[in-house]
Amino acid sequence: MDTTETDARDLYVADFERTAKSLPGFPELRKRAIERFASLGFPTGREEAWRFTDTTPLAEIAFKPAAGTANPNQFAGLANGALKALQITFVDGRFAPAFSSLELPKGVSVGSLGEDLKTAPKGEIPDNPFAALNLAFHRDGAAIRLADGVQLDRPIHVLYLSSLHGDPYVMHPRTTISLGEGARATVVKSFLGPSGGTYFMNTVTRVDLASGASLDLTKVQRESPQAFHIESLDVSTAGNAAFTHHSISLGARLARNDLNVRLEGEGAECSLFGLYEVAGQQHVDHHTSIDHVKPHGTSRELYKGVLDGRARAVFDGRIVVRPDAQKTNAVQTNKNLLLSKEALVHTKPQLEIFANDVKCKHGATIGQLDADVLFYLRSRGIGLVEARRLLIHAFASEIIDTVKADAVRSQIGGCMALFAGGA
Amino acid sequence: MLEIKNLHATAGDKPVLKGLTLTVKAGEVSAIMGPNGSGKSTLAHVLSGRDGFKVTQGSVHYKGKDLLAMSPEERAREGVFLAFQYPVEIPGVGNTYFLKNALNAVRKHRGQPELDAHEFLKLIKEKAKLVQIAETLLNRPVNEGFSGGEKKRNEILQMAVLEPTLAILDETDSGLDIDALRTVSEGVNSLRSKDRAMLVITHYQRLLNYIVPDRVHVLKEGVIERSGGKELALELEKTGYSR
Repeated sequence: MDTTETDARDLYVADFERTAKSLPGFPELRKRAIERFASLGFPTGREEAWRFTDTTPLAEIAFKPAAGTANPNQFAGLANGALKALQITFVDGRFAPAFSSLELPKGVSVGSLGEDLKTAPKGEIPDNPFAALNLAFHRDGAAIRLADGVQLDRPIHVLYLSSLHGDPYVMHPRTTISLGEGARATVVKSFLGPSGGTYFMNTVTRVDLASGASLDLTKVQRESPQAFHIESLDVSTAGNAAFTHHSISLGARLARNDLNVRLEGEGAECSLFGLYEVAGQQHVDHHTSIDHVKPHGTSRELYKGVLDGRARAVFDGRIVVRPDAQKTNAVQTNKNLLLSKEALVHTKPQLEIFANDVKCKHGATIGQLDADVLFYLRSRGIGLVEARRLLIHAFASEIIDTVKADAVRSQIGGCMALFAGGA
Repeated sequence: MLEIKNLHATAGDKPVLKGLTLTVKAGEVSAIMGPNGSGKSTLAHVLSGRDGFKVTQGSVHYKGKDLLAMSPEERAREGVFLAFQYPVEIPGVGNTYFLKNALNAVRKHRGQPELDAHEFLKLIKEKAKLVQIAETLLNRPVNEGFSGGEKKRNEILQMAVLEPTLAILDETDSGLDIDALRTVSEGVNSLRSKDRAMLVITHYQRLLNYIVPDRVHVLKEGVIERSGGKELALELEKTGYSR
C-alpha cells in the first residue's frame, strides 16, 4: 500500500472524527460506514472495476468538507431565469430555499433530506468506498416521494450547484426518490459548476419503485472542468415498474457513474440511455449493471460517446439474467465517436445469462466521422467546423431525442453546440 | 466561366488526367463522354475538391479565379455544384435542415440575408414541385432509405435550391429507370439558363436524348480526344468509343 493512499484515507477519517457530532441522525451507522471506507481505501487499478479509471488525482487533493457558507448570489442569474415550478436547489450540497419553488400537488412530497434524517437509510453498508463515504458524511440532498397512484406530468427539477471559492471542497449530497404503487414522475437532476471550481461531488441516489410505478430520471452533469464527480445510483423496481434513465455527462475532469438497477419484480422494465461528450484531459466512466431477477423483464441500454483531444471514456455494461428470469428481453449497445487520434475509449459490454429462454444481445462500436459524408456537406457550402457540428449532433440526437422534458432537451443541445466548436 | 488548361491529376497514386484542356462558357451545356476509366469521374472530383485526388500539373480557372486553391465549401459558395454519382446517406440530419444550412452558408457568402425557417420552407416546397420530389422526403434524414431515383432527384433539388453557376452532373443517369431519368432530366432542363453552365458527365448517350447538350467532348485516357456538337453523341452511339 503506498503512502498517498493512506494519507488520503486518513484525511477523510480525521474529518469524520472532527465533524461526526454535527452530523444528524444515526451516528452508529455513520461510524460503520467510515470504518468500511477506511478498510477499503481509494480504489486502485488492480481492481477490475477501476482498471481504466485512475483515482490518484482525486486522492492527491486535500478536499475539505464544504463549509456551507457559499454566497448563493453567484447563481442568481442561473437560478432566476430557469426557476421551474417544481425545483429544489442545493448550493455546495446544502438546501437553498431561495432557489427552490415547491408548489406541490397533493400526494407529492419534495424536500430537503436534511430535515428528515432521523431514521437511518435502509440497506447494507456499501462495498463501494465512495458510497460508504457518502453514507458516513451525507447531511442533505433532495427527498422526493409520491404516494400510491399519484401521477405527475410536470418534471421535478433537482439542482446541485457548486460555487467557486478558495480551497478545494467535498460534498456528499444524497437524492432519494420513492414512488408508490402506480405512481408516475419525471425528475431532472442537474449538477452544475462554474469553470475553475476545484471540488469533489460525491453523491448517491437511491430509487425505489413500487409495483406499476414509473420514473423517468435524467441526470445532466456539467460540472467544472476541474471538478471530480462520483455518483452511485441504486434502483430497485417491483413488478411491472418502469425505470428510464438518461445520463448526460459533459463536464468534470473525472466523472464516474455506477448505476445498479435491480429488476426485482415480474415484468419490470428499464431503459438506460447515456451520452458522454468529453475533450481535453477529461475522463468519464460509466459502470452499469442491470440485474434481471424475475421473469418477463425488459431492459434496453444505449450509451453513446463523443471524445475529442486526449479524453478518455470507459463504458462497462453488465447485464445479469438470473435462473428465474425467463422470457427476459435485453439489448445493450455502446457506440463511440472519436474526433482525435489521441482520444481513447474502453468499452466492455457483458452478458451473464443463467436462464435458458431469453432474448439478449449486445454490441459496441468505435468510429470516426465519415470522410465521405463530411465532403458531401462541404460540397454544399457548409464549412468544416459546421459540418462536424452537424454530424456530431446527428450522432448524439439518437439519445437527446429520447429525453422527454423539452427544456432539458434544448439545454443539452446548447451545451453540445459549445462542444463541437473546438474540434 | 470555366477554363481547364493542361490538367494532370492522380487518383491515389495513379495518373488519370494527362493534360486535359477544356473551356466551358456560361449558358452552355457541355457533355463529357468517354469509356470507363477515361477519367470522367476524376475530373468531377478534382473540380469539386475531393481528398485523394492530386493535381500534379496544369490549372483550372473559374470566373477568373484559381479554383484549385479553394476549399470544397468555398467552391460551393462561389457557385460550383456537384451532383454526386453516389449520394451519401446522412442518418440523423434532416434533409430540410441540411439544405437550409447549405443555402444560408452560400447566401452569407454572397452578402445576401439568411432565410428564416418559414421563408426556407416556402422556397423548398416550391423547388420540390419543380423536381417532382415528394414532400415527405424533405422531412427524412438526408438520402436515408431513399431509392436510387429519389437520391438523384434529391441532388437536383439541392441544385435547384442552391442555384449554382457551374453544375457538374456526375453520371446522373446511372441506376435510373426510364421514368426517373425523364423526371431528373426535366428538373435539370428547367434549371438551364444563360448565366449557368452545366457539365454533364455520362457514359451513355441515352441521357443526352433528354438533356440535349450544346457541346460534346470525348474523354479518352485522360485527355479530350474529340469535341463537337450534339450530333457527335449520336455518332458515338453507333460507332462506340474505340475507332
